Amino acid sequence: MTPTGPTEQVSNLDPDTPPDTGRETASEAARPIVSPERREERAGPVTHAGLSVKLEGLKAFYGKAEQVKGIDLEFKANEVTAIIGPSGCGKSTMVRCINRMHEEIPGARAEGRVMLDKIDVYDPSIDVVAVRRAIGMVFQKPNPFPTMSIFDNVAAGLRLTARRGDLREKVERALRGAGLWEEVADRLSEPGAGLSGGQQQRLCIARSLAVEPEVILMDEPCSALDPIATLRIEELIDELKARVTIVIVTHNMQQAARVADRTAFMLDGKLIEVGPTPTIFTTPSDPRTEEYVTGKFG
Amino acid sequence: MSAQGATPELLGRLAVSPSRRRRDRIARGTILGATILALIPLVLIVYYLLKKGLGSWSSDFFTTDPTGNTFFKTSTIGGIKSAILGTIEIVALASAIAIPLGIAVAVWLVEYGRDGRFAQLVRFFVDVLTGVPSIVFGLFIYIVLVVGTGSSYAGYKGSIALALLMLPVVIRSAEVILLLVPAGLRESALALGSPRWRVIARIVLPTALPGMVTGVLLAVARAAGETAPLLFTAGSTHVTSSNLGSFMNSLPVQIYNDVNSPTESVVNRAWGAALTLVALILLLNLLARLISRRSRLA
Amino acid sequence: MEAASVPGGGRALLARSPLARLPDRALRYGLTVLAALILALIVYFFVRLFDEARPAFSQAGVFGFAFSNNWNPSAGHFGALPLVVGTLITSALALIIGVPVAVAAAIYTTELAPRRLRTPLTVLVELLAAVPSVVYGLWGIFFLAPKLRGAEQWVADRLSFVPFIGGGIVTIPNCFVAGLVLAIMILPIVSAISREVMATVPSDHKEAALGLGATRWEMIRIAVLPYCRSGIVGGAMLGLGRAIGETIAVTILVGDTQQMVSHLFGQSNSLAAAIANEFGEATGTHRSALFAAGLVLFVLTLLVNSLARLFVVRAGRATSPPRAEDHTSKGAGMLMAADTAAGA
Repeated sequence: MTPTGPTEQVSNLDPDTPPDTGRETASEAARPIVSPERREERAGPVTHAGLSVKLEGLKAFYGKAEQVKGIDLEFKANEVTAIIGPSGCGKSTMVRCINRMHEEIPGARAEGRVMLDKIDVYDPSIDVVAVRRAIGMVFQKPNPFPTMSIFDNVAAGLRLTARRGDLREKVERALRGAGLWEEVADRLSEPGAGLSGGQQQRLCIARSLAVEPEVILMDEPCSALDPIATLRIEELIDELKARVTIVIVTHNMQQAARVADRTAFMLDGKLIEVGPTPTIFTTPSDPRTEEYVTGKFG
Repeated sequence: MSAQGATPELLGRLAVSPSRRRRDRIARGTILGATILALIPLVLIVYYLLKKGLGSWSSDFFTTDPTGNTFFKTSTIGGIKSAILGTIEIVALASAIAIPLGIAVAVWLVEYGRDGRFAQLVRFFVDVLTGVPSIVFGLFIYIVLVVGTGSSYAGYKGSIALALLMLPVVIRSAEVILLLVPAGLRESALALGSPRWRVIARIVLPTALPGMVTGVLLAVARAAGETAPLLFTAGSTHVTSSNLGSFMNSLPVQIYNDVNSPTESVVNRAWGAALTLVALILLLNLLARLISRRSRLA
Repeated sequence: MEAASVPGGGRALLARSPLARLPDRALRYGLTVLAALILALIVYFFVRLFDEARPAFSQAGVFGFAFSNNWNPSAGHFGALPLVVGTLITSALALIIGVPVAVAAAIYTTELAPRRLRTPLTVLVELLAAVPSVVYGLWGIFFLAPKLRGAEQWVADRLSFVPFIGGGIVTIPNCFVAGLVLAIMILPIVSAISREVMATVPSDHKEAALGLGATRWEMIRIAVLPYCRSGIVGGAMLGLGRAIGETIAVTILVGDTQQMVSHLFGQSNSLAAAIANEFGEATGTHRSALFAAGLVLFVLTLLVNSLARLFVVRAGRATSPPRAEDHTSKGAGMLMAADTAAGA
């Protein structure tokens, strides 16, 4: 299936292109390099690509309180964009507006537009349920369904639309894509909750991948995990961006430097600066960005 | 619809199949329907109670005793004075027995017995007691106090049967409330050198008081509505008596006896009595709820 | 608590006079004795019951008593099977009708209802528990049974080929109405426990389901209900226990026949009803047979309730941190919610 969607400079679409190594000189942490062959063998062939997401004047409210105060931001297709900022700056809230999870909180609402490719997900004619299928989410605390086996967890989303087609094949593909297949292939019927923290989070990623979203939102996905598990997930993110656009909220700046192509800095509900990751961390334009990334606050 | 230039594939992905939408709507409709179904009996009962019961209410109704003439339409049948007074007396005595005993046992369970063997045994038997059908309490008291002593029915015997019924409820609800008193509260008092009995009397009990009062009131409300334990213990009579040592009337038993009557006016009296009883119980429940609002626990 | 000799008043500081320790001792001792007395009373309760029931059991053995189909006190026959079957059928009816409605009401209250409706809805359903059993009987026999008679007869006629349900004449106290009223009576208890359990589902799991693109019902189906399974089963069993032991409403509504119930819309009997109806005039073996019936009834409710408690406490434990007080009180809290909802 040829990739559809905007044809901006999405250099990472082609799996044969080696990852851009220019960033390593700029960031302090070493970035894991996965060779393209290894990547293909683990993730399976790319069947479709991610889409871009564009926020236009996005505001988010909890009742009367305005938490996100008008954001214009673009997440380019098949790129990893990190959102950084001090706690309480509204980054999680903003991201939850993208897949319309924010409105599940009683009294919460959002204004503005969120364009998935050329469609506004807040358009009244669009079903919110469908939006969440195209825009998946991985949460801070791994939350596999406790009463389901590993297989059923991954298949959960697939079963909702009951599409004809081999469930086993799709589950395997998703588990491979999450880098979990080898570890669980022989125990698919065991409960999902019996895995380690890092494995559980990869299971949740597989669960999201199974429905083949265009975008995956990650809300501090590694904050509950140990460093080794964190590293594995960061490797995974690098592989996944060939298939989906990734937005990752993180309070860990080294992580942003390691995984993200672009980084956006938020403060107090507003977008302060966005740009290629090396630029943000070495030569930010806004003084507040500089103060944050050099650790003066936050 | 803001979808110009959007690919048909994307639009297709952003649609939810009508059968899924339908299933969701049907499921939610059924659940709502069942909820309404659950509320209908209450409405019907209240309506019917009011309709048939209010008609019987009059000053005579409350101030005259039932005359026991139930077969002749021309003679008067009287009111329910002895029943109301009897219920009040019997339940008051039952409460006077069950409440102090129940709270004392609960205090012992929480403060002294805790998880020891003996305490577990006590808890087990109390639990077992909650499952005893109400009529069996009456049978027990009958055997022990009526046949056993060769004497006849008496109000206080009915009270004892009711007390047995109330005991497990009072114990369990008091125990739950006492357990909710934070351990820290006790510990800080003990750490100040206060003897245990004082901690219980001055700190634990006062904090737990509103919750316990709620539990107690609910137990009383329940006891007030019980018929079966009184059938073979307090018996029934028509005259008002303040002598708990002889036959005593009560609202539930009066209603029960009147239900089988072929005379319409007697049945109407039963409705009036039923309305009175329900009003009494609702009052107790309301009181319990109001008091529980003042509780600082849970 | 004796201090080593310290200059000055060291010993007085650290020791309490035996007199000061007395209230503590007295309280502890007194309460322990009280608890033991209550325990003794309860044990005596059961022993005595069993004693009274023994003559009836010795006549035909326990199983003979419970399982022979011949309840004819005037002829000296005490096979309680019609009573047992009657009890079980009305209780089963109560479960079949009551549990789905109660669970649905709980789902609606916790997941679908607008926030401000939650408390009123909860209060309304639980108000059903405040209605005493005798009033249910009164309402059932004078309002519900006559109103349903026409419909029941229609069903009996249309389904006359179905055994047990069809083909009979509808009587006014009848088995179905008793089951229906019992269903209404157990609504509060099943609904209260279901609601408590559903409220403990971590929002994590619900969000995970929604995040996958599930509709509201799908989310309930995959994230809420499976999580609550054991709690709901426990609640249903507590309802069953209640239905089995219910005396007065059933007595009024089920009739007073000595035959085994022959069709759904006909008269029936139950263990509790037989006791209530016959005890007044029973003597000798008849009386001990009624005691035996009471004992059978009690054992039944004991079994069901114990099983139920296991389920409910397990559900409470699964959602609490593993500290002894916590899950005991949480499970106990759920059971208390059930008790307050159990009413009479």
